[in-house]
Amino acid sequence: METRPLSRKLYGLMASFDTADELLHAAEAAYAAGYRKMDGYSSFPVEGLDDALGIRPTRLPYGTLAAGIVGGLTGYGLQYYCNVISYPLNIGGRPLYSWPAYIPVTFELTILFAAFFTVLGMLAANGLPMPYHPVFNAPEFSFASRDKFFLCIESVDKRFDLERTREFLETLHPHQVSEVPR
Amino acid sequence: MLTKGLPRGWIFGFAISFALTMMLTWSLVYLLVKGTGIWGINIPIGWGFAIINFVWWIGIGHAGTLISAVLLLFRQDWRTSINRFAEAMTLFAVACAGIFPLMHMGRPWLAYWMVPYPNTMAIWPQFRSALVWDVFAVSTYASVSLLFWYVGLVPDLATLRDRAQNKYSKFAFGVFALGWRNSARHWHRYHRAYLLLAALATPLVVSVHTIVGFDFATSLIPGWHNTMFPPYFVAGAVFSGFAMVATLSIPLRYIYNLQDFITERHLDNMGKVMLATGLMVAYGYVMEGFYAWYSANEYETYMQVNRMVGPYAPAYWALIFCNIIVPQLLWSHKCRTTPWILFLITLVISVGMWLERFVIVVTSLHRDFLPSSWDMYYPTAWDWMTYIGTIGLFFALLFIFIRILPMISLFEMRELVEQTTKAAEAVQSPENAGPDSPARRK
Repeated sequence: METRPLSRKLYGLMASFDTADELLHAAEAAYAAGYRKMDGYSSFPVEGLDDALGIRPTRLPYGTLAAGIVGGLTGYGLQYYCNVISYPLNIGGRPLYSWPAYIPVTFELTILFAAFFTVLGMLAANGLPMPYHPVFNAPEFSFASRDKFFLCIESVDKRFDLERTREFLETLHPHQVSEVPR
Repeated sequence: MLTKGLPRGWIFGFAISFALTMMLTWSLVYLLVKGTGIWGINIPIGWGFAIINFVWWIGIGHAGTLISAVLLLFRQDWRTSINRFAEAMTLFAVACAGIFPLMHMGRPWLAYWMVPYPNTMAIWPQFRSALVWDVFAVSTYASVSLLFWYVGLVPDLATLRDRAQNKYSKFAFGVFALGWRNSARHWHRYHRAYLLLAALATPLVVSVHTIVGFDFATSLIPGWHNTMFPPYFVAGAVFSGFAMVATLSIPLRYIYNLQDFITERHLDNMGKVMLATGLMVAYGYVMEGFYAWYSANEYETYMQVNRMVGPYAPAYWALIFCNIIVPQLLWSHKCRTTPWILFLITLVISVGMWLERFVIVVTSLHRDFLPSSWDMYYPTAWDWMTYIGTIGLFFALLFIFIRILPMISLFEMRELVEQTTKAAEAVQSPENAGPDSPARRK
């Protein structure tokens, strides 16, 4: 029974703060102390928190660009296929391949594909929708969407040790430090 | 988001708009039973109310996207308190707009024929037609607007989930919040995705009304066949859209005491945008006259003269009065910041922009090339019922929206308060720093 590793029972240690600045300093201190598997929780994007936590810039924009290109090619190719290959209609000898008329639909499909990829890609990379997550077990966590700020050091971090990590978090003057069960 | 009680004003407003929505349902059902013959349209005026109202509604919708996307990219912080309901307004306006061309087809149950798919008839949509471009533009616009609005709502839905008093609303908000947990890693991608969406929506909104302008400009009808139409239509759309945002926000800030959020600065800025776009539209009217003369084309010249002195001249001069003369009041700071004056001006602009579409559609068509084909267009009671019904639908949806969802973006407001507090702290002592921090009260 007791041979189960700690990380199977405990998601991490959660410290709560009253202001965004305190969270930002705490995140910087935790990163400096060598913690990597951690996350901050705040009701709005705190400027600089992603750098403090060592979050690498997302590659989402490249995906959006690629999706836009695919969308544009789809729109253009669709019209070319319909007008030139599938059902060519000779109307007064006008060219079948009349590209200027294809621009509006090409443009719209570029935007459509890029926008859908951006949203679905963002949700997928964030692992949403997710009906259950351990952090919601932390006391007072419902205030993360209002006016409290949280820093969670996860038990999967290499340097995580229940006692020492708790002591470390206490040095950051949090409101409260609590264990987050899975 | 209003949780306490049902104000009598809300019930009253919702009851009226819901009754009008029922009238819309009735007139649409009768239309499906009888066919488009119940409308006042006939050759040569085949477009009538269906296209007038379509263009009017789509134009109104554009201000929502402009406020949420373009002003976000230009870092105009003041947009934050109006963007959410402006986006909702966009969605509802596009929904109202969509009804008209759909019903105008006569057999709306065959609407899927407009979508390119391999079919047993072995035919494809005509991709060289501006009307097919419209299908792509409007459906893309509706879906991207919906995405933009929903993505903006997700963190707020999480707040509502966490604040919910009973398990049913907690469950409902929880489902739509998708398990959002305010994680910094999530915010990082979210923030980037939101900016990307804004960057995609900006050219989209311009393209949509450009293509609506193409519906006219690519035809060979005098008064429509004009390269000026796309930019002129975009300016008109922004003009009427901002008028509608102001029309809605002025009563809202009174009824729900939102003067701290929708401040005089907002009214002032909206007034300035209306003034600028109104002048662009005025330039368009002048240029229409100039082209008619400079083209030396007898049909173009006749169309313009007929517009000014023909049977629809009252509509033309009313539109000049509403869209050129009245908006000049917006030069005055006092008019821009006095809510009731601005409110009246916005109503006049909405009427004027509707008249503009009426004049463009009807006066160009009713005097066909051959005098034997000349005719007059009179909208029937069914036309009016459908049009007024969509106004009811629009307001009914807005009433439901302000009742169940936050009409001001909570997380962007918190971000803004944080930033302005920081900026103020940098120059002042911490005690008197920051604005009167409305979001702090949450």
